[in-house]
Amino acid sequence: MIVFEGVGHAYEDHTVLQDVSLSLSEKRVALVGANGSGKSTLARMVNGLVLPTRGRVLVDDLDPAKDGRAVRRRVGFVFTDPDSQIVMPTAGEDVAFSLRRSGLTKARRAERAAELLAAHGLEGYADHPAHQLSGGQKQLLALAAMLALDPDVLVCDEPTTLLDLRNTRRFAEVLRGLRQQVLLVTHDLDLVGDFDRVVVVEAGRVVADDAPRPALDFYRRLVDG
Amino acid sequence: MTPLGLYVPGDSPLHRAPAGLKLLVLLVLVTAMVLVSDLAWLGGACGLVAVAFGVARIPSRRLRPLLRTLLVTALAIGLLQGLLVGVEAAAVTVLRLLAALAAANLVTLTTRIDDVVATAERLVGPLRRVGVRPERLGLLVGLTVQAITTLSAIAGAVREAARARGAERSPMAFAVPFVVRTLRHADELGEALAARGVGDEED
Repeated sequence: MIVFEGVGHAYEDHTVLQDVSLSLSEKRVALVGANGSGKSTLARMVNGLVLPTRGRVLVDDLDPAKDGRAVRRRVGFVFTDPDSQIVMPTAGEDVAFSLRRSGLTKARRAERAAELLAAHGLEGYADHPAHQLSGGQKQLLALAAMLALDPDVLVCDEPTTLLDLRNTRRFAEVLRGLRQQVLLVTHDLDLVGDFDRVVVVEAGRVVADDAPRPALDFYRRLVDG
Repeated sequence: MTPLGLYVPGDSPLHRAPAGLKLLVLLVLVTAMVLVSDLAWLGGACGLVAVAFGVARIPSRRLRPLLRTLLVTALAIGLLQGLLVGVEAAAVTVLRLLAALAAANLVTLTTRIDDVVATAERLVGPLRRVGVRPERLGLLVGLTVQAITTLSAIAGAVREAARARGAERSPMAFAVPFVVRTLRHADELGEALAARGVGDEED
């Protein structure tokens, strides 16, 4: 359960979020809104990458501002640009990097990394240079590396922005099969049609919070002016 | 683009040799290169490294760019040295460089970064008592190798963008976006590392 209690955030005199209160218990929740609306800031608060300047955030009753380490163990984060998330030179090494504190032997870590890659459409790519993968494959690698940590919540910040249609669909399919609670920030409205809940953020405030169809209709009307 | 020296999967004796042993042999070889100035010995060392490449069965598509880079570097330095200090001294420098650079590349071509990281962590393990964090050093090694490919890609993209605007000769058209994108990448990488729990284990 992710809870935002009267959350606000400001960079010096620029207010990004104001008075956001939400309780998110659904398995798949989407955050949509215009560029600069504050939705990414809201998502980043879930694992403490950004801390609120007002109010508080709770993830399973843990406050990222106080229990950052415990929260980050529960919350995985996939960013827009996979190139910024890949730490090691080959795909297998990058996933194994997430398992470095798992207590597994090196050989078992490599095996587990290969299994995770295979489970996410990258079978046989363990020894492949990560930077030579396609954009879609890199994002799947970033996802596999994050899921290797077995978080309870997965936050994805516009993960399909740099992907083509085929890879976007593939990524959506993988998200659909996850056991984790997913919080997806996106501009791709087709992606969230079958989500449990859609929250529309505009100018730092929640302006709609509903099932996908009414929430997206509201958002479209908002955009059309 | 394939960066030089990135691991090539394989099953040769060199691939199977422990990373620590390969690094030690490299250290001995490079030290010997510095101490020896006999052309025959240096030529022999180059030959030895060439044989080692054969043993490692590095594919030719990976060898070609490496050879090109090594030869261009050797030629440039050889010409400069030849003009400044004479032909024989230039030959010594070129052979030293060729053997050392090729051997260093062979080590990275046949060794997973994971193994290099583990070896580095083991080596500095005893320094934990004086506050050194081996896992940080290991991460540094991995990030450094990855940074080479990332920065090359950023530089390539920025150069293309400058060319598209007809500004390929403008240093500003390259430097400004390159620095901005590099800083943004560093920022995002920091966030990604935090999201993957880097640093949490040492709090």
